[in-house]
Amino acid sequence: MLLKSLSLFVLAGAAFLPLQAEPPSLIAIQDARIITVSGAVLEKGTVVLRDGIIADVGAAITIPKGAWVVDGKGLTVYPGLIDGFSTWGIPDGAPVAATPGGRAAAPVSAPAGTPAPARSQGPADRPGTNSWVTAADLVKTSDRRLDAARGAGFTSAATFPRPGLVGGHGALVNLAGENAGRMVVEPGIGLLLSMGGGGYTGYPTSSMGMISYYRQLWIDAGHYKLNKEMYAQSPATIERPGYDRALEGVLAAKKVFLPAAGPMQLERALKLAAELKATPVIYGAVEGYRMAATLKKTSTPVILNVKWPVKDREADPERVDSIRTLELRDKAPESPAALVAAGVKFAVSSDGIDNPKDVIKALKRSIDLGLKKEDALRALTLSAAEIHGVGARLGSIDKGKIANLVVTNGDLFDDKTKVQMVFIDGVKYLPPPETPPTPRGGAAPTAPGNETQEEVEH
Amino acid sequence: MRILLIGAWSAAFCLTAGFAQDVTVIQNATIHTVTKGTMKGSIVIRDGKIAEVGEKVMTPSGARVIDAAGKHVIPGIIDCHTHIAVDAINEGSVSVSSMVGVGDVVNSEGKDIYRALAGGVTTANVLHGSANAIGGKNVLLKMRWGKDADALVFQEALPSIKFALGENPKRAGQATGFQAPGAQQNLRYPGTRMGVEDVIREAFLRAQEYQKEWKAYEAKKSKGEAALPPRRDLQMEPLVEVLEGKRLVHAHCYRADEILMLLRVAEEFHFKIATLQHVLEGYKLAKEIAAAGVGASTFSDWWSYKVEAYDAIPYNAAIMHKKGVLVSLNSDDAGGAELMRRLNTEAGKMMKYGGLTEDEALAMITINPAKQLKIDQYVGSIEAGKQADLVIYDKDPLSIYSKVEKVFIDGNQYFDREKDLEERPKQDARKKGLLEKEKETEKRNAPLSRRPS
Repeated sequence: MLLKSLSLFVLAGAAFLPLQAEPPSLIAIQDARIITVSGAVLEKGTVVLRDGIIADVGAAITIPKGAWVVDGKGLTVYPGLIDGFSTWGIPDGAPVAATPGGRAAAPVSAPAGTPAPARSQGPADRPGTNSWVTAADLVKTSDRRLDAARGAGFTSAATFPRPGLVGGHGALVNLAGENAGRMVVEPGIGLLLSMGGGGYTGYPTSSMGMISYYRQLWIDAGHYKLNKEMYAQSPATIERPGYDRALEGVLAAKKVFLPAAGPMQLERALKLAAELKATPVIYGAVEGYRMAATLKKTSTPVILNVKWPVKDREADPERVDSIRTLELRDKAPESPAALVAAGVKFAVSSDGIDNPKDVIKALKRSIDLGLKKEDALRALTLSAAEIHGVGARLGSIDKGKIANLVVTNGDLFDDKTKVQMVFIDGVKYLPPPETPPTPRGGAAPTAPGNETQEEVEH
Repeated sequence: MRILLIGAWSAAFCLTAGFAQDVTVIQNATIHTVTKGTMKGSIVIRDGKIAEVGEKVMTPSGARVIDAAGKHVIPGIIDCHTHIAVDAINEGSVSVSSMVGVGDVVNSEGKDIYRALAGGVTTANVLHGSANAIGGKNVLLKMRWGKDADALVFQEALPSIKFALGENPKRAGQATGFQAPGAQQNLRYPGTRMGVEDVIREAFLRAQEYQKEWKAYEAKKSKGEAALPPRRDLQMEPLVEVLEGKRLVHAHCYRADEILMLLRVAEEFHFKIATLQHVLEGYKLAKEIAAAGVGASTFSDWWSYKVEAYDAIPYNAAIMHKKGVLVSLNSDDAGGAELMRRLNTEAGKMMKYGGLTEDEALAMITINPAKQLKIDQYVGSIEAGKQADLVIYDKDPLSIYSKVEKVFIDGNQYFDREKDLEERPKQDARKKGLLEKEKETEKRNAPLSRRPS
């Protein structure tokens, strides 16, 4: 194990690995500022982690014997951050085009060399329906993006397989683990439905086709279920149903994740979910500031995409955008505050954002516009955990919860603050070095458009 | 007892008072009722409906009074063929796309709704595109600008479906351009007009089978036998509704031969086509169309945009009308609502080409499309009891100099020319403010390297 760690260390140049061959099972972070999220802030407190669980937290805690102690002076401890809608952990899982949520999501093209996509001839054909695929089967500890994610303070993600119209079942995973299986916290958090997708040609091609397609898919699943039940009752008279993995996958869905960019798409998504008799979670919501009232009225949780729309720098300088587009760009960063004011439960997603640190930066912009820091933090932690059904195990620093923590040298939303270490299942990981030591180092891959963001004046 | 009576009286008074607030009276207007002639008089609107029309009407006190002296009022224009206010028009991947519906993707924020309103249109038939022999389901919308998608739908209307004949549905079936040897084009059947007929016939044969399957199941069930219900098929269901007369068919067509083909197919399967759309060669078989009891919705003088649209004349609508066909004029507008904003002048052209009367011309954009869409009991003319969809013009509506001043739908005003003009500088100022704000934000957030020193 030590040898393997070392060789990996050298190969990847990444320091974001457990430092010890046998990570200690008992750790105490002493005298740190502790932001529990669920309760009051402890200005000077101690967290004890035992066997991957938060064993104790408080202001006056005796450090158990044999514990490895982290001196927390000058450090702040937060619950590990959770990406509410992600592809982290699924190697090559990043969508080619960002999916801002229902509005002109470009189809994901197959990599060169792969066979031509299947052609769908009609509603009975289901080449774009990957409802049997589950993220839990796809995650790998070797996904190179995990380093950068942990470096930004993320310890978990709701990760989804993306290709296809029905992407597959998402999983809530930790962003590190002994092996892929150990990463999975909750394997089936819901089925991803897109309004784009790809991986097939032919029906459906239009948004109305997709809505009708989902309708038929759920009707077929219902019929399949009825057939199975009736067959179990009277196998002699009822025809035996053929096993159908796509329909099995639909029947297994606890929730459906539907995209909605604005109020109109939200109206459609909610109507569709009601028809499918499925519990919806909305993702995207770039016009969240206009959707808050409806989301509240229908108690629909939302995973907000925080890649705020910006003016295209390559666009024709003579072009003047419409008042709607201008308003969208102006108001989008105010969405989190609008959702809080309406009492809507929301998480945030890294969707379309290459550098995980930019998720925090995006929220910082909302904070500058009036979002409270604790609300931003809640969206990144406990709200995400609650939306994905793991609120009892993740999202806050409470006794008995999974020991996922992020330790910083200051306020998380302060640009100068650096993540010092993260704990995942009680195991310590260090952030990757600031600059990649080699051209192909394991540090955050920075997209061309984002390079300059590093130089922002603070 | 006395107290009780007073209580009852005041309650009644309150009701009446509330009532009067909801009453609008348009006075001193030239009213083109379309069905009952033209008169100088007033229209009383109550609870979203036309309560009274006449030279002398009773005006309740407290009513909102609109003085329309010198102005003209017509029923709200009904456009029988548009593609506005939807996010998708065609599901072009298959030749029978009856499972999809444009009603699922209504874009309630589409600016064309407002543009249509500004042209006096109050009801628009929003059709699926013409990429398929049997297209998708349509949706009939009222131009209630500002409401959400569900609230735009004309609730009382029958559902309908689009068919298409000729070049558009067969285009995807024909190999085009240079092809490298061995290259494969994803051709979609049909590639000929014969194929279009075959696709429609085959679809209805399947629909009949599907109908039988369900009937057999219902029979078994009523006998108390255990049976698995057939799989619900969203592609077949609308076609069964057509067979049962529960869904209207609006068929895109141009040439006389294919129109006859469709009439024969409909006869074979015992259903009726509600309207032939475009129908530029309708004048060649006006008698046959009239005999089949099928409506025709066409353009005034727009043609030659493709080969099948060459053999056209501006007298088409008038000839069909005179031969007894129910005729309407439509815009076929998708983005921009260009023709939709001047359907009144399209109707006016019918007085020149074919010598129709003013009422006959106006009927082609009001009561006739209402009849074709089977909503004439609700809209299409200015008659007591109908929904108060009304347009006030400053001049005769058939003149090219006339402008729409006010538009009412269900008695609510959705367009006001004066208010629109007032709003414009405010909107411009708002836009300027947003642009300046964005520039400021950009400057503040710009990386150091891009800042001017």
